[in-house]
Amino acid sequence: MIGEVLIKVENLSKSFGSIKALDGVDAEIRKGDVAVIIGPSGSGKSTFLRCLNLLEVPTGGKIFFEGTDITDPRVDINKHRQKMGMVFQQFKLFPHMTVLDNMILSPIKVLKQPREQAVRKAVELLERVGLADRMNAYPSQLSGGQKQRIAIVRALCMEPDVMLFDEPTSALDPEMVGEVLDVMRKLAGSGMTMVVVTHEMGFAREVGTRIIFMDEGKIVEEKSPSELFSNPSSDRLKAFLAKVL
Amino acid sequence: MAEWINDFRVKFINNFITDNRWKYLLNGLGITLEVTFFSALIGIFIGFIIAIIRSTHDKTGKMKLPDALCKLYVTVIRGTPVVVQLLIIYFVVFASVNVNKVIAAIIAFGINSGAYVAEIVRSGIMSIDTGQMEAGRSLGLNFFQTMYYIILPQAFKNVLPALANEFIVLLKETSISGYIALQDLAKGGDIIRGRTYDAFMPLIAVALIYLFMVVLLSKGVEIMERRLRSSDR
Repeated sequence: MIGEVLIKVENLSKSFGSIKALDGVDAEIRKGDVAVIIGPSGSGKSTFLRCLNLLEVPTGGKIFFEGTDITDPRVDINKHRQKMGMVFQQFKLFPHMTVLDNMILSPIKVLKQPREQAVRKAVELLERVGLADRMNAYPSQLSGGQKQRIAIVRALCMEPDVMLFDEPTSALDPEMVGEVLDVMRKLAGSGMTMVVVTHEMGFAREVGTRIIFMDEGKIVEEKSPSELFSNPSSDRLKAFLAKVL
Repeated sequence: MAEWINDFRVKFINNFITDNRWKYLLNGLGITLEVTFFSALIGIFIGFIIAIIRSTHDKTGKMKLPDALCKLYVTVIRGTPVVVQLLIIYFVVFASVNVNKVIAAIIAFGINSGAYVAEIVRSGIMSIDTGQMEAGRSLGLNFFQTMYYIILPQAFKNVLPALANEFIVLLKETSISGYIALQDLAKGGDIIRGRTYDAFMPLIAVALIYLFMVVLLSKGVEIMERRLRSSDR
C-alpha cells in the first residue's frame, strides 16, 4: 500500500525568538502512510505538523509536497493547502455557520464546485460518520466528539491527498475519544495518507504504519510501531514510554 | 387648563402651520437623513478597510506603511472636533470649487465616522480567535476569502451594538451642519425660532424627531442582533 513520496522534509528548522522549536528535521511521508508523531510536550511535534501546510513558516529548510518546494515564497500555498486537510485540537468549526455550510464553504469557494455537488458530497460524508441528522445544527449545539468528527469530514470535503491531525482527541472528554478515533481508524483503513500528532499510544500502535518519536525539536527515532514499542533504542524514548504507557 | 390648551394651539399654529413653517422641519429631516445615510455608508467603507489593514498588521506584522497611514488618520480624526473638520472640508478643501453643501457634509461626516467605525471593527476582528483564520486557510481559502466569509461575519456580530451606537451618534452629530449653513433638521428648527421668537415649540419638536429616529434605529438593530444570534443557542 505504501507508495511514492508525498511529503519530503529537508533540514527543517523553526525558531520562536531564541527558542528552537524545530532543529534540523528530515522526514518523508509516503502515499498510504499513517505516520504517528509522539513525544513529550514542547518537543516540536505540533510545530512540525503546522509547518507541513505552512501555518507556521519555517525559519530554515525545505518542504516538498508532491514534488513542489512549498517553502518557496513564489509558490501559491493556497493551491497546496487544498490538498492537505488539517484537523485541530480545538476543532475550529465556524460557529456562525451550520454544519453543512461549514463543510461546503470551501468546496464551493475554492474548488468552484456547484452547490448541489458539494452538498451531495457533504451529506455522503456525514452519513459515513453518523451525523447526517445534525446537518442543519450549529456547532454550539454539538458535543465535542461530534464537533471533531465534523471537523474531519469538513477537511475531507476538499478530497485532500493527505490529512494532518494535531492532537485531535486532546480536548475531548474521555468518553468521546473513542468515536473520533473510530473515524480516524476507518479513514486510515480507506488508504488515506495521514500524519497524526497524538498522545493516544493505543491508536499509534494499532493504526500507525510508522511512529516518529520527537524530542527537543529533533526526530530521535522512527520505526514501525511493533519495533518502536517493544524495542526502543534511545534512553529518551524509553523514559517517555515509561511515563505514558 | 383650557387657557393653556388654547395657548398651546395658538403657538403650534404660529410655529408650524403659518407660512407652511413645518416644511423647514420636513425638508430639514430629509437633509439630515440623506447626510446620515450616505456618510454612514462612507464610514462603513473606510472603517472596514482600515480595520482590516490594521488588524492584519497587528496579527502578522505585515503592511507597515499602510498601517502607519491608517493610524495617522484615526489619530487626526479622533483628535479634532467634528465641527472643525466640517468647516475645514467646506471652507478649506472645497474653498475654490462650488460644491453642494450636502455633499460637503456627507464627505466630512463620512471621513469622521470612518475613524470610529475602524476602531470598532478592528476590536471585533481582534476578538475572533486566531484559530478561525488558521482553519479557513487550512481549507485552502485565501486571506481575503477567510476574512470575508469567516472572520468579518463573526466580528460584525460582536460589534453590532457598538456600531449601532456609532450611527446613533452620527445621526445626532449631523445637527451641526448648520455651521456651513446647510438646512438640516436642527437648522430648520432654529430658523423657525428666528421667525417666531418662540424657542420652546420648534426646539422641542426637533428634539422629539431626533429621539424618534434614534428609538427606531435602536429597535432595528435589536431585531438584527436577535437574528444574528440564532447560532448561539
